[in-house]
Amino acid sequence: MPPPEPRAAIFLRSVRTVFLKDLRSELRTRYAVSALLMFVVTTIAIILFSLGSESASADALSGMLWVVIFFAAMSGLSRTFVMEEERGTTLTLQLTAPPAAVFFGKLLFNLALVTGINAVTVVLYALFITGFVIRTMSIFVVTVALGSIGLAAASTVIAAIIARANTKGTLYPVLSFPIMLPLLLSVIEATRKASEGAFFGEAGGEFQLLISYIVVVVVSSSMLFEYIWKD
Amino acid sequence: MTGAILCTGRDIRKDFDRRSVFRGVSFTVGTGETLLITGRNGSGKSTLVRIICGVLAPTAGSVALTIGGSAAAHMHHLAGLVSPYLQMFEEFSPMENLQIAAGLRGTAFDGKRAAGLLERVGLPGRLNDPVRTFSSGMKQRVKYAFALQHEPPLLVLDEPTANLDEEGVAVAREVMADQRRRGALVVATNDPGDVATFERSVDLNAAP
Repeated sequence: MPPPEPRAAIFLRSVRTVFLKDLRSELRTRYAVSALLMFVVTTIAIILFSLGSESASADALSGMLWVVIFFAAMSGLSRTFVMEEERGTTLTLQLTAPPAAVFFGKLLFNLALVTGINAVTVVLYALFITGFVIRTMSIFVVTVALGSIGLAAASTVIAAIIARANTKGTLYPVLSFPIMLPLLLSVIEATRKASEGAFFGEAGGEFQLLISYIVVVVVSSSMLFEYIWKD
Repeated sequence: MTGAILCTGRDIRKDFDRRSVFRGVSFTVGTGETLLITGRNGSGKSTLVRIICGVLAPTAGSVALTIGGSAAAHMHHLAGLVSPYLQMFEEFSPMENLQIAAGLRGTAFDGKRAAGLLERVGLPGRLNDPVRTFSSGMKQRVKYAFALQHEPPLLVLDEPTANLDEEGVAVAREVMADQRRRGALVVATNDPGDVATFERSVDLNAAP
């Protein structure tokens, strides 16, 4: 008789299965990716038309980049839980997987989604919005990476909360905004520093805040998720 | 997971908002036994089923499971559920659904066994078609395979013959008889023809 598998290995297999299930489902339906890409393209086009030949400050352009990223996340990241609720598969997941595995699997999927979309958003924004120049690339790359993790972490747990509400579409950005405000203020400030050519160390305060935010959100979400997830 | 299973419910009450669906429900069901849950529409049969499966918390009271005399914690390894409100992942095939179920439980997937199980419930030749293309009766058969894949010591069936044709009903009866040989069975139904014999019963119409 083979020795029993360690609990950690069983848990990681559950997490991987939740992640791969969502990824394969998304590759077949392309629901969230299509919604997110359409949103990004439309919003950048609107910014482009409204700016016209005007030149905006680094402050304003950094802020607008994160406005696009925030609302793109709001338009697609809730799908991971809302789809389960709409299809009636929440009970199926509750029956078969431990709550923590569902949370971390969904978090990984949202992280993959938001990383891909943010990469496309940044490339399109840099290509089409004249005047948006990054002078310190290292600050910008770390900011986008930490911002993506923070967005994915906060949006995953908020999506789990709103999935059972009747007014999901309205509630999601409204509930997300105050929770994500510290994240948004930090990434906007760090992006401004990157576009102004600041030294890497000058953005240390923002990075510390972002890392703290991610740790607090992930730890508290994983502790609270069981109560959100079970009826 | 070895040894006899014993599922015990003690003085269970469930309220939704301020309305009490049922109260004072107690039962025990062990290996080789069937617990029959009956009650009119809205009496809380499906609610009690969800509480037994560990996905819904009772307002008061408790459900405890023991395996070989020791308390068991991880319900997702112990219970299998078939019910009209349980949905499969419809963009995936039955084989993929069973693979996902094994992965979610953190266990290894045995493709040969899964194919055998799907054939047993009467789905040969449709193993790799998306479940969304299936009729409601075929989906019910997939649910049986999904619930039985990990050989649960506790099998819970809510309206076990819903949407099934004659051949499907025969499969369901065979599954119930097999479950009584190796574990405990809970059936919630209003159709007296669904359960041939039962040792224990809960009538939610009579719940105080």
